Amino acid sequence: MSSRKKPTDTKPSPESTAALLRELVAHLRQNRTQLREEWARRITESQLLTAMTREEIFAEATSVYDNYVEVLETGSVEALQAYARNLSERIIPRGVETHEVLGIVLLLRDVLARSLFKKYQGDFALLNSVLDAYEPAANRIANTVAVGFVQERERIIRQQQEAIRELSTPVLQVRDRLLILPIIGVIDPQRARQLTEQLLRGIRANRAKVVVVDITGVPSVDATVANHLVQTVDASRLMGANVIVTGLSSEIAQTLVTIGVDLGKINAVGDLQGGIEEAERLLGYTVIMTGDTKEKQA
Amino acid sequence: MRVPILKQGYYLIASIQSALSDEDLLHLRDDLVERVGRYRSRGAIIDVTVLDVMDSFAVRTLRGIAHMIRLRGAQTLIVGIQPEVAFAMVQLGLTLGDVTTALDLEEGLAYLNQQAEASRQHGE
Repeated sequence: MSSRKKPTDTKPSPESTAALLRELVAHLRQNRTQLREEWARRITESQLLTAMTREEIFAEATSVYDNYVEVLETGSVEALQAYARNLSERIIPRGVETHEVLGIVLLLRDVLARSLFKKYQGDFALLNSVLDAYEPAANRIANTVAVGFVQERERIIRQQQEAIRELSTPVLQVRDRLLILPIIGVIDPQRARQLTEQLLRGIRANRAKVVVVDITGVPSVDATVANHLVQTVDASRLMGANVIVTGLSSEIAQTLVTIGVDLGKINAVGDLQGGIEEAERLLGYTVIMTGDTKEKQA
Repeated sequence: MRVPILKQGYYLIASIQSALSDEDLLHLRDDLVERVGRYRSRGAIIDVTVLDVMDSFAVRTLRGIAHMIRLRGAQTLIVGIQPEVAFAMVQLGLTLGDVTTALDLEEGLAYLNQQAEASRQHGE
């Protein structure tokens, strides 16, 4: 008991920590096979990484183990960071969750700590100093891997959001001076803003005079979205373009009238076809059916 | 800096060259409204392409100019409002009301010519 109390108060010197870490690393290298198997067994037992096969888990466990020991030895987490990023890239698409990644790293930490307890259980003073050296390094490793995983996930989410946003607001030219903007899905303020910006840029780039905004694919419209629509119409008019809104469903029409949005300025036409016909009229186009088709139809 | 006003046939073109102070805007108003009468112009085009900001005073003054020119028997067109400016204006609730706008100078002239054509046919 007395030996347990003595060394805890005094901080170990950096040299002795380094020496201990070296000893630790040697121990972990020596027992690599056994500890790794122990770890893989614990992972399967805890039902972590269920999306991966036993062989894959063992292969990854080996690389993580070696990286882990290397960090303990060199104290530099850079290689581990790169590995964590790489690992995350591979396992995120397979549906591995954050708690699983954190779980396996903590398991390894536990497996190694237990092995240290076993080795040094005869000498509490030494065990204490070994743990003093081991714990901070192990915490840093767990931290690095978890942060790497979460960052990678966030990066993927950002990328996908970006892709969805780009895909969801195409501004298309159907005739000279005529653009259509089909909106599909829920409009939130951020998207509404982006939509307006894209439309205004499209008006300038294509020298558009008429724009047909089709909202057939918009499930619901509230006061905010309706105001955004009015703003879009106003902004387009400032740039000299007329806006025709099409595809207002009966539910949306009812909502808009009930909330009392000022729709006086909005030129609304029933469906996209009607909208394009109206736009053609405004631009002075006439569509003529050629004789061929007329005969066939008759 | 004063805004140069060019005479082009029946139309006047006020081409803004740089950011304007409130005083410049008032000069523009006085000059333009006076010249519409002097040259017996049918329309005036104000080109704001270079402006990347339009505050409430500028918008109010432009609207005022348009109304005054209408009282002098001509029409006013604001052309070249940039996408960012248009967006900022609607967000700030600044509107040009019933003042006609067009994408750029070319569009503006085309619009005025078209109007003249229409009224001539109407007259015949």
